[in-house]
Amino acid sequence: MADYVKMWEDLGMDLESHDTLCQVLPVAVGDVFMSQENRPKAMDFWDLVISEVHGIRPAELIEEQKKGRKVFGTFCVFVPDEVVIAANGIVTGLCGGSQFWVPGGEAVLPKNTCPLIKASVGARLGRTCPFFRIADVYVGETTCDGKKKAYEILGQDVPMLIMDVPQMKRPKDIEKWKEEIADFALKVEEITGNKLTVEKLKEAIRIVNEKRKAMKRVYDARKSECLPISGRDALLMTQISFFDDPERCAQMCNRLADELEQRIKDGVSVVPAGTKRILITGTPLAVPNWKLHNIIETSGAAVVCEEMCTGTRYFENLVDDSGETLDELFMALSKRYMKNNCACFTPNPGRIEDIIRLAKEYKADGVIDCSLKFCGLYDIEKKSVAEALKKEGIPVLSLETDYEDSDAGQLRTRIEAFVEMLNG
Amino acid sequence: MEENGVRYGVGIDIGSTCAKTIVTDAKGEILWRDLRPTGWSSVETAEAIRRDLTDLLKEGSDARFVATGYGRISVPFADKCVTEISCHAKGAAALFGVKDLTVIDIGGQDTKLIAIKNGAVSEFAMNDKCSAGTGRFLEVMANTLSVTPAGLCEMAEKGSETRISSLCTVFAESEVINLIGRGTPRENIAWAVVDSIAQKVKIQAGKMAPGKEPLYLTGGLCDFPFVTERLGRAFGREVRTQPDARFAGAVGAALYALAL
Repeated sequence: MADYVKMWEDLGMDLESHDTLCQVLPVAVGDVFMSQENRPKAMDFWDLVISEVHGIRPAELIEEQKKGRKVFGTFCVFVPDEVVIAANGIVTGLCGGSQFWVPGGEAVLPKNTCPLIKASVGARLGRTCPFFRIADVYVGETTCDGKKKAYEILGQDVPMLIMDVPQMKRPKDIEKWKEEIADFALKVEEITGNKLTVEKLKEAIRIVNEKRKAMKRVYDARKSECLPISGRDALLMTQISFFDDPERCAQMCNRLADELEQRIKDGVSVVPAGTKRILITGTPLAVPNWKLHNIIETSGAAVVCEEMCTGTRYFENLVDDSGETLDELFMALSKRYMKNNCACFTPNPGRIEDIIRLAKEYKADGVIDCSLKFCGLYDIEKKSVAEALKKEGIPVLSLETDYEDSDAGQLRTRIEAFVEMLNG
Repeated sequence: MEENGVRYGVGIDIGSTCAKTIVTDAKGEILWRDLRPTGWSSVETAEAIRRDLTDLLKEGSDARFVATGYGRISVPFADKCVTEISCHAKGAAALFGVKDLTVIDIGGQDTKLIAIKNGAVSEFAMNDKCSAGTGRFLEVMANTLSVTPAGLCEMAEKGSETRISSLCTVFAESEVINLIGRGTPRENIAWAVVDSIAQKVKIQAGKMAPGKEPLYLTGGLCDFPFVTERLGRAFGREVRTQPDARFAGAVGAALYALAL
């Protein structure tokens, strides 16, 4: 492992506390990933990245910052990466998937805030996430009340841009989101000092579309009856894609997809034939939150698809790059991003249609709808999701959890019982 | 089946409060039932059960063991572990002799609702970490009233309508303490505690088990007619149970064992 202590020190991180975090992660990676048999070789890239998740990419970002490039830290799949990339900026995800950061978040937020928000705020205030330290600016969006208020805390010492996501999907909402993207572009130009041009934006659209296509190839391979990759490995790929350079991400995903397609031809599966296939839907699984996948895949089932922001919503639907003006391209971006069926919309029939469509495409035997504690939006939507799936004859298990391990036993009982039920 | 061996099915249900064991013959008829506190160590309890079984299971017998309950992984001699949800379903269907039914299982730490179609689980709901509506809730309240859980259920029958509004065990306990402070008769408080469990189970059921067919109660509270009555009131339908219903999980496990 390379020595990043100097870098973390220069970033003003809390080294002692960060050491504790660094000691926990390898154990979790060992338990969740390295214990698996017959993994695709191309996972070596993500194994390396996760083994030095606070080292390799942060070091690259700092090198780019030295050349004058700006880093934009984002929380959500609604922020159009294309705009930042077109202005020669860099987009990175931010940390928020570990219980380690939750107490720090609870020091300033009500306890009944979702763990993702508590962990993000804790990671920032506790100075134990390099990405939060590196980002020149954070980009928030109004997808839930908890985040809206958390931005007011996070924005106290780092510039904070907030995009106002519409709550409905009428034509005027798509128009409004286009306006938000145009306003965002002006601010991005100001921060990066680079003007957006039609050519640059088209090129950025092409880059992100290529990344989406590559990720989709990996996911498409998971549709095969011969399952060439575990849900845990696919999830890790998706989680890391939020942090990686988009072109390298596409390259690595394509490399993985090549191997998976070959495995399907050769009949190489990571699970015995007849293993029950699970589609997971619900709130995002931020790195290093592998709890649910790990329990499911050690309870005799396999995760074949994630209908969530750390899943299909991140790469489905491409942006049309045929526009000839910035305004047309902004509209194309708006149309693509507004296809995201986040539970923040009302009504939100698209999500249910997506779940049913994906459950069929991925040949899922059952669906697990899981939300993080205190996420009212997804929790309320569970009822209509369950009713719709029932109507389709697709078994569903609704769960709620957080980042703590204390409910692992009860989750396992329910998940095992669900798998026993599917096995008949 | 071994030619010279007598086939037995052994189901061991290590719950959070009690460990239940059932031994059946090859036809699934119950030959032996045992109930003991789980105590602090599931492993030691499982070992004690194993020692008692050696007398029963003769040399050369062909016995298969299935463990269930939250302590199912602490039974090293089990041939297989099956979740308590599947076991309760199988056991209840056998005990009640009904193939399509909805089971309410009130256990020490979980309350489960299980819809069963043609003898197999079709849907289930289970409380999360919260202990409201479980046996634990009853134990905590019984402690506060200085009676045993059984004593509380018997006392409740003599009480009259009183309500506890909090579903949370901790808040409900404060409410009970308040009621004691105001001089509310213990019988009435006991009435409120049992009613609170019934209300919580009804909420947990949500839209599961529509219709008016009887519901079937399993788990440690099946011995108390007042619990059955309040549950029936909450659901607006008959709630049936029977003396072996607290063994439903172990019966199901024994039947799974026979099929191994």
